[in-house]
Amino acid sequence: MVRQLDIRQRAALYQIFLLAGVCLAGWYFIANAVDNLLARRIASGFGFLWREAGFEIGESTLLSFGAADSYFKALTVGLLNTFRVALLAVVFSTVIGVAVGLARLSPNWLLTKLASTYVELLRNIPLVVQLFFWYAVITESFPAPAQALNPLPGFYLSNRGLAVPTISTLLPLAIDYPAFSGFNFSGGVVLSPEFTALFLGLALYTAAFIGEIVRAGILAVDRGQYEAAQSQGLSPAQLMRLIILPQALRLVVPPVTSQYLNCIKNSSLAVAIGYPDLVSIANTTINQTGQAIEGIAVIMLVYLTISLAISALMNRYNRRFALRGGKT
Amino acid sequence: MNLTNGRGASGCQWARSRLFGSWPSSLATLAIVYLAARWLPPLLNWALLRAVWSPDRAAACRDSQGACWAFVADKFRFILFATFPADQHWRPALVIAILLALYGVSGFQLVRRLRLLCLWLGGLALIGLLMWGGIFGLTYVENERWGGLTLTLLLSTFGIALAFPLSILLALGRRSEMPLLRWFSIGYIELIRGVPLISVLFMASVMLPLFLPQGVSIDKLLRAQLAMTLFAAAYLAEVIRGGLQAIPPQQEEAALATGLSYWQRVCYVTLPQALRVAIPPLVNTFIGFFKDTSLVVIIGLFDFLTTIKVSLNEPAWSGFGIEAYLFSALGYFAFCYPMSRYSQALERQTAHGTGLSALREN
Repeated sequence: MVRQLDIRQRAALYQIFLLAGVCLAGWYFIANAVDNLLARRIASGFGFLWREAGFEIGESTLLSFGAADSYFKALTVGLLNTFRVALLAVVFSTVIGVAVGLARLSPNWLLTKLASTYVELLRNIPLVVQLFFWYAVITESFPAPAQALNPLPGFYLSNRGLAVPTISTLLPLAIDYPAFSGFNFSGGVVLSPEFTALFLGLALYTAAFIGEIVRAGILAVDRGQYEAAQSQGLSPAQLMRLIILPQALRLVVPPVTSQYLNCIKNSSLAVAIGYPDLVSIANTTINQTGQAIEGIAVIMLVYLTISLAISALMNRYNRRFALRGGKT
Repeated sequence: MNLTNGRGASGCQWARSRLFGSWPSSLATLAIVYLAARWLPPLLNWALLRAVWSPDRAAACRDSQGACWAFVADKFRFILFATFPADQHWRPALVIAILLALYGVSGFQLVRRLRLLCLWLGGLALIGLLMWGGIFGLTYVENERWGGLTLTLLLSTFGIALAFPLSILLALGRRSEMPLLRWFSIGYIELIRGVPLISVLFMASVMLPLFLPQGVSIDKLLRAQLAMTLFAAAYLAEVIRGGLQAIPPQQEEAALATGLSYWQRVCYVTLPQALRVAIPPLVNTFIGFFKDTSLVVIIGLFDFLTTIKVSLNEPAWSGFGIEAYLFSALGYFAFCYPMSRYSQALERQTAHGTGLSALREN
């Protein structure tokens, strides 16, 4: 019977079956969910977002938050915390990553070995393990605030986290140094152990991947370019800055962007060490309200929006800067 | 600048070119040597010389200035097998051995294709038998008691094995000419790749039970395995699609002209070639997936990492987190590093292993 139909009709038939199958499965799961929610007396919908959260958030630097505020505001604080740690990690991982990538190509044997050891080590250990490790280092081996380490003027490392100076945003510009008083630091900003561990772990881990991308990008620049630049009498530094890096950049930007995206997604591991990011607060919300479907929908929606926004930016960049007939 | 370590060159010449080639290079060498001299001795002192090794000396760890490896020695069995009944530990131990043997056989390409597939299917069936038991005089052991390194290996191996067929279908679906099928595949792949794994794991652990009929429940381990499988499938699908795209279109056209049907074309012409191209990135995906299994610590499954973390809760061993996580890092590294070297070697072998392909994988 089916044999007599032509290919087009057969394709249409398959797709109708597929659609019917998906709809049927969807209907089955939704019906089950409705039953279960009724049995557990959980009202579905996003109304819970406006109810009082009733929990405190350890870190809400960008937006003040109290237990009387709504779940919506709690999730917003979480999202801001995600951005805070992810953006900082992205900036530092770029700097370290470029340095590592260049170091791997340096003529100095020690430097090359050091950089490749760094990359191999960091890439082959799960990020969660690294986060637990940094958290343990901070909370177990650093001294109490009174005996805080002072590696740089104005920077204090203790088991309560990292105290750093801040620059006041009001005029006149002044630097506010942290100082130990009583039982803790005042002045500057104290970054909690959770934040410090997450930031450090994310930045170092992402840097290993970025280092590899930078290295591959530079290696991919045609040899002729080096030779031509050398014959023009450019110094090694000029050659790198004017000829190689601009060309490598075109190859490096797309994969590095996807590393940035990974870095933002990886910041969700905050929940493992107790930093209140979006996922961690959504998790608390789910546990308190039982609104599992809505909570997970919020997480996925936020991350999908970020992913799509960054991919859209990326496509625009590629259209502008790709070589004629270019790849990637 | 690009002097190589020629065979005839003496050590002195080598040092001059590779360590003191220029002023900045000399400075870097001196800085590295200085830092190593300053930091390595105390580190070695802590990690080896003053370390406590013997498991019955928990108290000694408190007084010692060195690392407390006694923790690992004491918890070794728990870290490998978790709460599997103690008198049955040979079973998960055998499972680990079988898995390692299977990896070895596949990695060194000792047997080819069909035989390898049979070997894997047989091996996985045997592993299921050993873990669950219940027949041939083996006592039944429920899923809840599986754990440790065994669980990490099982989660990653079964995850990839189950995700593989699904990912092939998704990759084919994404390249299909049927719009609906293509949209579903794209939607699935991009949805999964756009969200963090932890949200998929949460979905499996707290949301999935809501979608099952009342009275039906799947245990936590299988739910996590399902989530990891669905997650891996999206990433594998993209790797396989990359492989499919690398095949010249003439192959497909020639197969079409020969009169082969769609599935014949896929099974005999395009897929075998695509998979061969895709092996190095597939290994890389597997490494990533192996590392990702550690995330089950967040939903409370007793894998390699969780057993170590939980051991720290014992009063005798609390406060030795640095040693514990260094050991777990070493454990994961011991698996991931050889695999990454393997995939790098494969990349060099294939003609496609240029600098550009290394870029594309990330």
